[in-house]
Parts: sequence; structure tokens; C-alpha cells
Amino acid sequence: MITIQKYVRAQSLEEAWQLNQNKRNRILGGMLWMRLGKSSINTAIDLCDLGLNTIEETEEAFSIGAMVTLRDLETHNGLNSYTNGAVAHAVQDIVGVQFRNLATVGGSIWGRFGFSDVLTVFLAMDTYVELYKGGIIPLEQFNNMKKDNDILVRIIVKKAPCKVVYTAMRAQRTDFPVLACAVSCLNGEYRASVGARPARAQIYRDENKLAAGAVTEENASAFAAFVAENAPTEGNVRGSAAYRTHLIRVLVKRCMLELGGI
Amino acid sequence: MEIKLKLNGKAILASVEADTVLLDFLRDHGCLSIKRGCDTSNCGLCTVLMDGKPILSCSTLAVRADGHEIYTLEGLQAEAEDFVGFIADQGADQCGFCNPGYVMNTIALLRENPDPTDEEILAFLAGNLCRCSGYDGQLRGIRNYLNSRKA
Amino acid sequence: MEHKDYKSINKSVRKKDAMQLLLGKPVYTNDVTPDNALVVKILRSPHANAMVESINTAAAKKVPGVVDIYTWEDVPQTRFAIAGQTYPEPSPYDRLIIDRHVRFSGDAVAIVAAETEKAAEKALKLIKVKYEVLPAVSDFRTAKDNPVLVHPEEDWFPPCEVGGDPKRNLVASADEIHGDVEGIMAECDIVLERTYHTKAYNQAMMEPFTTYANFDRYGRLHVISSTQIVFHTRRILSRALGIPKSKIRVEKPRIGGGFGAKQTAVCDVYPAFVAMKTGRPARITYTREESQIAGSPRHEMEITLRMGAMKDGRIRVMDLYTLSNTGAYGEHGPTTVGLSGHKALPLYTGSLEAHRFHYDVVYTNHQAAGAYRGYGATQGIFAVESMVSELAEKLGMDATVIRDMNMIKEGMVMPAYYNEIANACALDRCMEHCRQMFNWEERSKVRDMGNGKVRTAGVAMGMQGSCISNVDVGSATLKLSEDGTYNLIIGAADMGTGCDTILAQMAAELMDCDVEDVAVFGADTDVSPYDSGSYASSTTYITGQAVVKACNELKKQICTIAAGMMNCGEEDVEFAGTCVRRIGTEQTVSLTDIAYKAQVNNTTPAETTQTHTSPVSPPPYMVGMVEIELDKLTGKVDILNYMAVVDCGIPINPALATIQTEGGIVQGIGHTLFENVTYDPSGRPIESSFMQYKIPTRLDMGRLKVEFEHSYEPTGPFGAKSIGEIVINTPGPAIAHAIYRATGKWFRELPITPEQIAMSLAEE
Repeated sequence: MITIQKYVRAQSLEEAWQLNQNKRNRILGGMLWMRLGKSSINTAIDLCDLGLNTIEETEEAFSIGAMVTLRDLETHNGLNSYTNGAVAHAVQDIVGVQFRNLATVGGSIWGRFGFSDVLTVFLAMDTYVELYKGGIIPLEQFNNMKKDNDILVRIIVKKAPCKVVYTAMRAQRTDFPVLACAVSCLNGEYRASVGARPARAQIYRDENKLAAGAVTEENASAFAAFVAENAPTEGNVRGSAAYRTHLIRVLVKRCMLELGGI
Repeated sequence: MEIKLKLNGKAILASVEADTVLLDFLRDHGCLSIKRGCDTSNCGLCTVLMDGKPILSCSTLAVRADGHEIYTLEGLQAEAEDFVGFIADQGADQCGFCNPGYVMNTIALLRENPDPTDEEILAFLAGNLCRCSGYDGQLRGIRNYLNSRKA
Repeated sequence: MEHKDYKSINKSVRKKDAMQLLLGKPVYTNDVTPDNALVVKILRSPHANAMVESINTAAAKKVPGVVDIYTWEDVPQTRFAIAGQTYPEPSPYDRLIIDRHVRFSGDAVAIVAAETEKAAEKALKLIKVKYEVLPAVSDFRTAKDNPVLVHPEEDWFPPCEVGGDPKRNLVASADEIHGDVEGIMAECDIVLERTYHTKAYNQAMMEPFTTYANFDRYGRLHVISSTQIVFHTRRILSRALGIPKSKIRVEKPRIGGGFGAKQTAVCDVYPAFVAMKTGRPARITYTREESQIAGSPRHEMEITLRMGAMKDGRIRVMDLYTLSNTGAYGEHGPTTVGLSGHKALPLYTGSLEAHRFHYDVVYTNHQAAGAYRGYGATQGIFAVESMVSELAEKLGMDATVIRDMNMIKEGMVMPAYYNEIANACALDRCMEHCRQMFNWEERSKVRDMGNGKVRTAGVAMGMQGSCISNVDVGSATLKLSEDGTYNLIIGAADMGTGCDTILAQMAAELMDCDVEDVAVFGADTDVSPYDSGSYASSTTYITGQAVVKACNELKKQICTIAAGMMNCGEEDVEFAGTCVRRIGTEQTVSLTDIAYKAQVNNTTPAETTQTHTSPVSPPPYMVGMVEIELDKLTGKVDILNYMAVVDCGIPINPALATIQTEGGIVQGIGHTLFENVTYDPSGRPIESSFMQYKIPTRLDMGRLKVEFEHSYEPTGPFGAKSIGEIVINTPGPAIAHAIYRATGKWFRELPITPEQIAMSLAEE
């Protein structure tokens, strides 16, 4: 069980940031798995008063506050109409409704967890994170940064021309994925975001234009094979490296075919 | 620290430590329906409604409930009585330990979606584990209740 | 014998506690015991096998709120077993409350008693232990005659002779042969030999282990525990703590599930010991992790089966060897193994001419196993039923037809089951019924659904017992109240199964009253009549028959009192439900008047206690069929439909029997597809939480359909047999069969993971 000395509802991002510069302080996300932690926190910083719990949709983008819950993502009409349900699909098998009412987008993305369905699906889109000090940077760049003491304020999904499909392999329906996979055609370029390898999701672009033009059985297989070759996998209790690589081939291809309406 | 919240319709003022979880706080305040079944946010036994939304009270700090409204099964007896008899008729209550969390989440489901399909029921309640019933009897109970409302 | 039309039997009445449970009333151990109890926590060994060289509790004891800390030096040195079994237990006395020698990762090293959980947790972190880490026995296949001994101690004591020898890591061993096994094997057209492996599944009941203890107003130890076995727990505590049984009272409130886990006194001794030492109330509640790693799960078994058959499908001989892993302590080890043969082989009594059943039960440095629904039968049936399906597929026969040919039928003597006679057996009708209901002919076809997905089906049969014959004892006390209602007091433990209700239904049927007019109480060693406890599927069959006896006796006593009131002989009156009538007259006295009379100037009690035991343990039977969709590319198996037909004699309460069956099936699905038990190289269990130990959710079990075929068991109450355990036995072999039909591969180790399926297909 994590122990906490003090709890503060920050009244400004600046206050939160100042508090967060102390290594023994911590920003709260959804607070899931608190009992698993062993750390001792001086001040728990809550962003819940900062109005970061909304999804704002404009002509150009979705702006998703860090405190938006996974359940909010699941039920947001605009986001799911833009992604053809891929976002809802990505989160709906995460434990249960009650869990998803707590888990936040900010916590999921900030954690850059290997198993994250959320990170996986957003990487497939034209997504940015807004950091309090670091400004707006692509999610892909953030994904590969070391954790620091900045604050993730919101994520921004630009409404680029994008089709995205999500699928994950789970042995038991609400378990962590054995492999998570989002494939998109973003600004005309195919890309696969593959998570739970079990390392965190990474983007694999169709650099060789294997799938240029219409999706076919053949080029879907070729792109899937390309991703499988390039995405490193490892073994853990949920599956071996070889099985994960096999799943990449299967799932990326299936996503491609679905993207192509085949 | 001091927190102020509405618990089952009643305003309360309490002093809690920063790391007290809502589950323990609520049990200390007489809401013994709430159970702890795991330490990994997986089982759903501790489900309560916070501002009408079902959440895991094991994974929520009590301080986070400050300024919010919490309902436990103690406060929703009449709403529960409306349908739990149909589950009892199936014998699907069984050991009962998962029942409060499952009943609370069913209340949340029916408020949000008064006429759910079987698939919607299963999906909404997926985070409520039960080891006794095999689940199908719980589903039949809810289905019979919904059918009885249409009759 | 035919079943009559009953008024209360075979009726789906609500469980007596249903509304209390569904409305979240405080009824469990942690709800009904006071919060001012000391919090008891256990420091657990991180090593699989080690000696505690030194232990320093000084810093931990200084934590504010810590009341005391106990180590191996503080506890009695009498070895005991925590298995809930009738004395003398077949389980060896191989435990101390805390042993200097810790034998699995999770074994107790120290007991902390503190005012708050926080203080206790803090103390756990501050206890300094120096271990001498010993090599561990981690693979049960290498345990027998391993130079590393799990129990080298000299005071290891077996209350029963079961073939154990701790100097060989053996807890039990036996070999039984019926008929000319090798001779018949040589005559067979086809002989299959395969090895099957099942894991140490966790019961994962929703309420973790929990026990409260204090000293009552008489200065006696009062234990309130989530237990299936109040009387055994009293005996276990008496031996472990060295205090007389008259000084101990054990009570169970409602129990949040057991499935056998709570047939072992897993945590009871710790708060009892703390209460004794401190004189204060003490309570322990296991975390989910503790329940997973220091509970009492299933025995891991590896079964090697040889089966001889003829080309026409006749199964003539089986030779079954079981290697069972009891883990670090021997609870239930010598007994569970027996069922792997005795409750699997008799399924084929119809054709079986000879059999051999031999086994070894070994110690390892794993979590100690215990009792889990199915109790060895599940493991044996996985092997036998898998092999029968494999034989059918090899011979090109329908898997249901080969079973029609060979199965046990009513009236047969079962040589593999202590020569008991199958007096009530509707297995053949179960098969036919299930075949029709499931539409086996269509659903068992392998259907290509496109995109790598196929649908098909599998089948399996199962059996169990209805008690431990010649051992289990059940009792019931029935009392008449002043208003003509009854109190039924039992020592059996309703753990959610509904036994309180079905026993009341029996009483209501015989006393000709409503079920609501029978109040039930259980269980409390101070109040309840003796009962072995709720396990071995015995409550309906054994305690039920005690209820029948109590009703018959109480009717006699009521008639005696009434005859006195009417100034006639007992033979001149008859019991008539709400009154007693003088035969051939209109003269009656009401039960109310009789009850009041019993309280005035009276020597005939309006209450009775009756006890029952049985020389036989009649098996219930069952057929399960599963339809799956298997994704050949990902290896994912989706259960679409599971249908089953059960012969439990007669279901006393069809709704509850249905739920028992459905719950058992879903547990079996979990064991077959998701639930795994593995250890890391240092001997620590990996699936130690619900995050890693994945029991089925309601999205993982498809749709269920359960129906019944009645038979009439002459020794059971109203012709009933058991239902509680058999229901877990068919999913393993039925799903493995369906997976074979979908893939052409037999999987003989559970769980069958998507990875195993996909990778075995990808190799081709």
C-alpha cells in the first residue's frame, strides 16, 4: 500500500508543477493499483479542480483533458465517430466500467505502460500531448522521452484524414492484452501501432509503401510481415516473444483488411 | 484532513488521513455492504456510486470524495429491491459476497440504459467478478426483471 | 422407485438468506465482529525452503500500535494438521503454528498483532530475518526420493497409515489391481498411453480467508470464522493451542464462498493464538495475495493412463497412475488422490473388465494444497474422458456413441468404486437428453466460419460421490415452537450453496408446513448438533437424511404429547400438519396447543436431534457438451454454449441445483482456458493476484443451459444424491475434445492457452 502524508488539490497548474518538483510528491491519476505500490508519498497532488475532465471538439481537433476518464473516451460520440469506434473498442475491455470511470487519460499516457491500449490507439492517430512546461509535442516523441517532473495537461488529436482500426488479443476478456494493435491510414500513409510487446507501443510506418493504393490480401500480409520483422517482442507471463511476433502478423493483417473494407 | 461529502443523501463532515481509501472510510461509517475482494482493482466488490457513476471504492482516496456525493447500497435499498428479487428467484445470489457491488453496478446500468440488451448487460457488468453463480443466473434475473416491466 | 408429487421438494424456492445478501446486509465475519479487535498480520517467507537462522523483532515492536510479535520460539511445539477431516485424519500432522523451517514462499515466519493495519504493515517491514536458504523441491516429478527433504523433522506424525514416508518426500502411496490388467491389455486391438497434467487451481472465492477470536463471557475462546468445518476447526485449535475443547467455541456466520478452500483451517489458528497471548479480541483477514499464495488450492496432478480397447469401441481395461503434488504440507493429500481413480474409472463400469489404480502423493516446496470442489475426481476425469474421446476419434466413432457403449448403467456393481452398486444411475438418459438439447449431431460438426475461425463441439461425462462413506456424520436438531413453526439447527455450513434452504425444504415437506415456517440456524459448536461439515458433497445426502430422521422422530414425539392431551394411546393419533388428529374422529389438537403443552408439566421434548451416516456414497452423474469457436490464427477459444444434463437423483431445489451446476461449469472453464499456476525460478508463485490469476468474467463463458434427469437413490433423502462438486468435472475434457476437433491437436495439460494452440498450428 502506498502511504501518503498530505493531499493537495492544486488550484493552478503552476501550483501543481511547483509541488511536483519535489521527488517525494506525486500527481494522482486514476489511483488504480494504489495497494500494489510500496512507495511513500509526501504530497499527493490532485488536478481534479483544474477543469481537465472534458473533451473539447473543434473543427480541427479533439482536446482531451488529462483527467478525462477512459469511460469518457468510450462514450464520446465525436471521438468515436471520428475513429469509427476504434477508441471505444480500445478501452472497452479494460477491467470494467467502474475501473474505466476512474482511470484517466493523463495517467494512462503519462505512465507509458507497456500494456496500454490507450497509448496504442492514440499513437495510430495524429496525436500530441500538451505538457505544462514542455509545450505541445507529438505523442510519438513524448512516448520515447524519459519521465520527468513536467505535467501532462491534455492530449490533442488532430482531425487529420485518418482511418483507424483497433484490435487486441486477450486470453481472458478483461485481462491485459497479450498484444495490442492499432492500424491506421493517416494522411494516406499506413502505420501500425503495436503495444504490449510487452514493451510500450511503438509506431511502425509503411516506409516501403507496401500498402500504397488499395488494401489487398497480399499487401496486408506484406505490411504485417514488415511490422512483425521490425517490432521487437519479448516473453512474459502472458506470452512468449515468438507468439507475440506471430500475433503481430495476424492482427496487423486483420486490421489492414478491415481498414480496406475486405 | 477534513472532508465534507454527501453519503447516502446525508451531509457528513469527517476527518481522514490522506491515504485512507474510500472503501475503508465508508465501512467505518457503517456502510458494511462494501466488500474488499482484491487489491488490484479487479473484482468490483467495492463498487459505489460517486456523483452517480459507479467506481471502485478500493481505488479511490477518501479525500477525493470531498465535495462529492456517494451512494452505497445502504442508501439505495428501495431501488435495489425493485429488481433483486428476480435474482433471488434464480438462486443466483449464492454466497452473496459479490452481490452488493454487482447490485450497485446494475443500478448504474439501469439508470444509464433502462432497457439494455443481454450483450449490454454483460459488457457493463464485466468488471463484477462472481465465483459462485456462473453469471448466467444473474443475467436471467435481470432479464426477467426487464421483461416484467414491459408486461 | 418413483418420485412422488411433492409440496416443497423439487421446488425452486428462494434461498432463506437471499434478500439479506442481495441487499448487502452485514452478515459476514468482518461485518459481524467488532472493529476494535487487534489486527493480525503474518510475515511470510520469501524463500521456498529455508531455516530461520535469526529473527529480530525489536525495531518492529517499537512501532506505535504494535502490541506484540511472535516467532517460532513463542509457539507450542505440537505438530498438527489443518485439514478439516474426521479424526483420525488421513492428513499427516506436519505443521507448527510457526516453524523455524519454512517450506514454501509464503510460509509463516512471524505473527504481528497491532492496533491498526497500518502499524501492523509497518512492523512487517521492520522485522529482520536471517535465513539459511536451502535447495528446494520445485518439480513434483523429482520429489520422490529427492535428497532434499521437505519434512526432515523427527516428530512428523501420521494419524492414519496411508503409505507415507517423509524420508522419501512421500505423503501417501498405494497400488490396487482388479482383474488381469496386463493379460487383457495384451488382447486389446488398441492400447493408448498418455500423460495428463492439471494445475494447483485456486478456489478464488470472493471472500478471502478471515477469522476473529476473542474470549467470551465464560472466559472461553470464541472463534468466528469463515469456515465450512466448525467442529473440525475446534478440534484443530484444541490440539494446536493445547487447550481443551470445552474451552473453545467455533461459529460461522455467512460465508463468502468456499469451494473447499474453507475445509481447511487456513488462518484460524493465528488470531486464536493472539487472543490467547494478549487476552484481547484479534482478527485476521487475508489479502487476496495471501489467499492466492498461502491458501489451500487444488492438488496439481500428473496422470498417466493406459487404456486398452477393441476396434468396435469396447473399453476393456485401464491402468491409471497418479502423481499428486501436495505441496509443503500434507492436507488432504492422501485422500484427494484416491478420487482421481475411484471417481473416474467407474464411469466405464459398463465394459471395464480390469483396472489398476496406483499413486504417489509427494511433498514439494510449493504452496500446500487442500480441498477444492471435485477433490481429485476432476483431475482423474480429465484424463479418462480425454482419452475416451481420443479413442473415439481414432476409431472414427462418435464420441457420444462410444460412451453409450461403455458407460455405467443402473444396477451395475462398480469394482473400481469399492464394489458399490449403482442403485440410481441415469447417465444413459443424461447422454441422450443432452445430445438432443444440444443438437450434438449438428453442433459437433467442424464448421469453417471464415477468417481462420472454426466452430465445433466436445463432450465429457462426470461423476462424484455423495459423502465419504462410513465416515461422514450429519445431524439435525428440529424443535417445535409455540406457534407451530420449527427451528432446524445444523452443523453443516451453508457457504452460499443454499443448504440451509434445501434442508428446510425437506423439513417442510415432512412436517407438512411452509418452508418459511422452518427457521434454520448453522453453525456453531456450542449450539449445533455434530456434523462433519459441508464438504465431500455430503450435505444434501447425509445431513438431509438426518433431517428426515429428525422429522420422523419429532412427529412421534408430537403425537406422544398430543395423545396425552387427548387421553388416548399414541397409536390412536396421527400427525396432520397443523394439528394431531385422533384417528377415526374429528378430535384434534393444534400444534400451537401441543407446543404450549410441551412447556408445562411435560417430560416429552418437542425437539429432537438425529444423526445419520452412510455405508455407501452414491455417485451423481452428468454429461456436459460445449460448443466453441476457435480462432486458428490467434489460438483464442470462445465458449459459445455449454449445456449439461445432471442426474443428482432429484434436485431438492432445481433453481439452486442449476446455479450450482452453472457455477461449477464456469469454474471448470476458467481452469481449462485461463487460470494458471506457475512459479518463478526462485520458487515464488506468479499468479498471486486477480491481476494475474484470471478467473472467467461474464464475457468469457458463453451461454449455459442445464437440465436434469431424475433417478431415485434409495439411501438418499427423497431419492436425492449430491450436486455440489460433480459440476466442475466436465469442462476440462469437453473443451479439450472440442479443441481437438477444431485443430486436430490434443492438449493434455491445463490450462490450454491460445499461445499453445496458435503456435502448434503455426508450426505446420
